Amino acid sequence: MSDVERRKRRTLLLLVGLAIGMFGFGFAMVPLYGLLCKVTGVQSVEQRVTIGTGARTVATGVVQDRWVTVKFDTTIHPDLPWRLDPMQRKLRVHPGETYLVKFIAENRSGQEITGQAIPSIAPWQATGFFAKLECFCFNRQTLAGGEITEMPLRFSVSPDLPADINSLTLSYSVLRVSDRS
Amino acid sequence: MSTATIDLEHHEDHEHHGPPKGFKRWLFSTNHKDIGTMYLIFALTMLFAGGVSAMAIRAELFLPGLQLLEPDLYNNLVTNHALIMIFGAVMPAAAGLANWMIPLMIGAPDMALPRLNNLSFWILPAAATMLILSFVVPFFPGGGTQINTGWTIYPPLSIQVGMSMDFLLFALHMLGISSVLASINIIVTIFNMRAPDVKLTQMPIFVWTWLVTAFLLILVIPVLAGGVTMLIFDRHFGTSFFSAGGGGDPVLFQHLFWFFGHPEVYILILPSMGVLASVVPTFSRKPLFGYASMVGAMIAIMIIGMVVWAHHQYTIGMSLGAVSYFMIGTIIISIPVGLMVFNYMATMWRGAMTFETPMLFAIGILLMFSFGGLTGIMLAVVPADMQYHDSMFVVAHFHYVLMPGAVFGLFAGVFYWLPKWTGHMYDEKLAKIFFWVNVISFNVTFFPQHFIGLAGMPRRIVDYHAMFTEFNVISSLGAIVFGLSHLLLLYIIIKTIRGGKQAEDKVWEGAKGLEWELSSPPPFHSWTTPPKLAVS
Repeated sequence: MSDVERRKRRTLLLLVGLAIGMFGFGFAMVPLYGLLCKVTGVQSVEQRVTIGTGARTVATGVVQDRWVTVKFDTTIHPDLPWRLDPMQRKLRVHPGETYLVKFIAENRSGQEITGQAIPSIAPWQATGFFAKLECFCFNRQTLAGGEITEMPLRFSVSPDLPADINSLTLSYSVLRVSDRS
Repeated sequence: MSTATIDLEHHEDHEHHGPPKGFKRWLFSTNHKDIGTMYLIFALTMLFAGGVSAMAIRAELFLPGLQLLEPDLYNNLVTNHALIMIFGAVMPAAAGLANWMIPLMIGAPDMALPRLNNLSFWILPAAATMLILSFVVPFFPGGGTQINTGWTIYPPLSIQVGMSMDFLLFALHMLGISSVLASINIIVTIFNMRAPDVKLTQMPIFVWTWLVTAFLLILVIPVLAGGVTMLIFDRHFGTSFFSAGGGGDPVLFQHLFWFFGHPEVYILILPSMGVLASVVPTFSRKPLFGYASMVGAMIAIMIIGMVVWAHHQYTIGMSLGAVSYFMIGTIIISIPVGLMVFNYMATMWRGAMTFETPMLFAIGILLMFSFGGLTGIMLAVVPADMQYHDSMFVVAHFHYVLMPGAVFGLFAGVFYWLPKWTGHMYDEKLAKIFFWVNVISFNVTFFPQHFIGLAGMPRRIVDYHAMFTEFNVISSLGAIVFGLSHLLLLYIIIKTIRGGKQAEDKVWEGAKGLEWELSSPPPFHSWTTPPKLAVS
């Protein structure tokens, strides 16, 4: 009898250990995931912020006979009482040439708030060919209560952009940077 | 060690007095049969709770435009329907079968850890209350917004939902703890409580499926619990695991969720597949074909099933290499699953088949589950999935997998063992009517959803384009019959519990297994002396 009890106890402890281990594995996924993204080529948010900074030098020579339409889109997190709108919704560009687009940002609340814009590009295949030379998304932006300001974006589309892509969308999700962190 | 004091003498004592009377019998029960019964009753109750939300969803989708429900309420119902059916109905029903049948099948006097068994059941009603509260709370002033995320509770939306989400998250934690405890108990029982003659390699396949399922649960539920914990931290303690504003990544949650969510599909289906391994040989009057390959197949399903989760997330922008891996892995799973289906067909081949209700459900499973598997292969193909993703086609697919694959298997098991549990035969004629109404209305409900899905109707949206009207009308009409048909199931079960023709010990003449050597219903304490296997 006690032999069975001992075996039961051992199995029980092993299984409880397994369950706790898997709970830990869930948390280990947080750093592992960043690593996994690098290996498999998934772009994490962290990497996306700096997208294109490395592609600056690639853009050589303007391709005059090719037009690419770049559209701009913004989504503001409901927690953030801001407005952020591009002055142009879309722009026809030549690959290789540098363009400047201004966004109007407004803090509609009375307090100073810090926000962070997270860019993404659709279709995602175009991501590596869109170079942001200057972008308000490189840093957190702090707006005083009621402040209205212009935020610049200087970009160019690489001449190496695959030929089947003739239109791409740059989309910003703007999130409130947590006051507590 | 107080459990060690349960010796034979103590058992004799119980035998004389029978089970305690009144609510104490149930609240303090450590008897696997009583706990199994409670699991099954709980699951049946939840089946109706989840069914009501499904009826409301189909009523809204009967015609285009906003008819009955606000969009957020609609999405809340979708969330609730999924969670109640998965965690409230299917998993507890399978656990109920496990509690009832595993000790009987392996010749054990009870589950290995009876008090843990009591705990893992009694967490469930509390968890279900929390789950239902999460639905009810937004109706009260100050209750915040409806849970409009769907059962996948993806951030950032799930971080923005009001306090109702906290009820949901804690309900998920409790449901998870309950299943992990039940799984631990099942594995400890199977490894340590078998009668000396019952070898691991001779156990009924149903016990094997539960062994694999229990391991899957222990491996994946804690990962979901980790994700849910991180969500709670992001919501209340200012961390940024998933909040992109603070450098987190919402896609990470999708990985954690589906690392649990995909094996969950096999957790739901495998016990039902195990029921088939009892039902099909009985009514084919032939031994099960391919025992060893069956065990191999389910272990293969468990291992491959744990490493293909991202096929639910093709559209998040993975690299070509990553999506190719997940696509190929997913398609490979169809081989062991197909092997199990073919084994059942080979068992039926040239058997002296009769078609009692459990067998009808078993054949229904093989036909419709295979169909759901085929649409699953379509969805596994990356370029095709880009089109089908989040459409009603997906809804049709997983209902074809889960309704026959999981629920019909449980129905088959309930009809198969109900005479053993209650000691009364169920009404075969009514049960057959239930089968036909249930199966036909199921197909009327979900088959049209393939077409509207392929034509572009998205899921989880309260309204739809007028061009989808006809098929939605058909689907909703089918759903009304389908939903109501379960009242017939309830009636048959109650009728059988209350009376009926006395069932023989060996209810089905072709049945094999230790459970049929006990009386119907079995004594409150069974196999207090381990059975000897007759050499046949």
